[in-house]
Amino acid sequence: MAVTARPVPRRPVTGALSDATAIAIRYLIAYRRVPQLLVFSTIQPVIFVLMFRYVFGGAVRVPGVDYVDYLMPGIFVQTVVFGAMGAAIGLATDLKSGLLERFRSLPMAPSAVLAGRTFADTGRNVFVALLMTAVGFGVGWRIHTNLLGYLAAIGLVLLFGYALSWVFASLGLAVGDPETAQAAAFPLMAPLVFASSAFVPVASMPGWLQVFAEHQPVSVTASAVRALTLGGPTAWYVIQAILWVVVIVAVAAPLAVRRYRRAV
Amino acid sequence: MIGASRNLTGSKYLGILSRMTSTAVSARGVVKRFGDVLALDGVDLDVPLGTVFGLLGPNGAGKTTMVRILSTILSPDAGRATVLGHDVVTEAAAVRYNIGLAGQYAAIDQNLTGRENLRLIGRLTHLPREQIARRGAELLERFDLTHAADRPSRTYSGGMKRRLDLAAALVHQPPVLFLDEPTTGLDPHSRRELWDMIRELVADKTTVLLTTQYLEEADILASTVAVIDQGRVIALDTPAALKARLGGTVIELGFADPKTAAAASGALGGTSHRPEQEGPLLRIASDDGPKGLMDILRRLDKASMTPVTLTVRQPSLDDVFLALTGHHAEEAKHTEEVVA
Repeated sequence: MAVTARPVPRRPVTGALSDATAIAIRYLIAYRRVPQLLVFSTIQPVIFVLMFRYVFGGAVRVPGVDYVDYLMPGIFVQTVVFGAMGAAIGLATDLKSGLLERFRSLPMAPSAVLAGRTFADTGRNVFVALLMTAVGFGVGWRIHTNLLGYLAAIGLVLLFGYALSWVFASLGLAVGDPETAQAAAFPLMAPLVFASSAFVPVASMPGWLQVFAEHQPVSVTASAVRALTLGGPTAWYVIQAILWVVVIVAVAAPLAVRRYRRAV
Repeated sequence: MIGASRNLTGSKYLGILSRMTSTAVSARGVVKRFGDVLALDGVDLDVPLGTVFGLLGPNGAGKTTMVRILSTILSPDAGRATVLGHDVVTEAAAVRYNIGLAGQYAAIDQNLTGRENLRLIGRLTHLPREQIARRGAELLERFDLTHAADRPSRTYSGGMKRRLDLAAALVHQPPVLFLDEPTTGLDPHSRRELWDMIRELVADKTTVLLTTQYLEEADILASTVAVIDQGRVIALDTPAALKARLGGTVIELGFADPKTAAAASGALGGTSHRPEQEGPLLRIASDDGPKGLMDILRRLDKASMTPVTLTVRQPSLDDVFLALTGHHAEEAKHTEEVVA
């Protein structure tokens, strides 16, 4: 008996993209089936908006700006930071269930799992950004520039979220267990979100903390989003925010790819 | 006929000719190390096309590592392995189009329905679009999952999940299938069901390499069995021959204490029975179960000795190990942790 091995079919250059799309769709279906997965990226930021707008907001003075206009850009950024935890939990779950092992035995593009995951995260962030825009308008937030400024702001937030997906993807693959991934993600996120200018001006923080708080990526991105929606000088903030995105992806993406190659 | 063979010597066909082989899976001197642990210590094996090959061994013997190397997930540190003539390291893409893998866990997306799981694998194995839905429906039918096809697979029973997992491995109709402990953790009914399904696959000319801890499973499914221990193949034979080495039946006699057992062993001296003592237990492998048992009991009765317990059973993996290696099929726990 003799059998000829099946040949490797010729694939179009878009083959890798098609594989990544298949994976992204699978993650997006999960949001529909398990709505709890969306809690952290939807209900939680809504609570933050209400809390900061109506509870803490009265105690915060930001010279020359309505607090709600200061707050909402911070909320947008905070939302994608917390949402990025989904990448860590999702990939850790796939690793633990043996699904990644199966994927690695398939003729799919090796980049597809990580690309698909980060695409799916971006898709979710688009939905969440629109939701938070509506909530923001509901509590009195206004865009003082124009539609283009708003779209640029959302684009920047999505870029930042995309970069963070890579960070949390490598974290999820490194720990390989969804509960551990969740536990490990929070200490990474909390200082980024709270020791930042997302909710309060850094001027009220002690000097040593101000240095960190002013330059870390959450603050920089929030400042850029503020500039884009409030008006005033924007270029320098936007350039800094994009630089952060480039640096984060340049470090985290190779790490995630390396982890994926070793993951079984 | 002559015309055909002349055609085959044409340069266009030489490539195909060199790929034609009667060995589906072949490994030579495969070594894999995880830190200080030697998981595979020079494994050689050949799986003829269209057969079921069993890799039998305890936890931590290196079975899963071997399957991962053959399915291109891990690279060997030394040695070489091929699937249908393609090297698993340098021609991994070609290998992946020709293999299916079903593991010890149900490697399915629990949030997707059965149908969606199969569609996903269809897309990722680059089946033509128009075939994906049809192939999925076919497999759901064949694995008796049609009634649950549109329910999220997390609602499936353990047996159903395994069946979906096996179906997922078959979406692209791979000529070679790797099954890593396909029935571990299943209840006897689901196990038997899965065995029937695996047997049907072989009737379809699929080559299967399966790993198992159960001699019974290897016996039922495999035509050749390699016994693997601490990363080495220690025996290669048909299941029948392996069992014959042990005698067809194992008789275990339990006594009140080791001293009585030793005395009983003495009473059986000078016969063809070779009791092996382990504490208060005597274990005797017999070619002829019923007759052997009667003879043993007769002799013990003559010596006025009565065992406390009596077990007559088929040989197990542990018996195979004891016979081949002189030690029990102990779980090499440290290896398993590193590999897992």
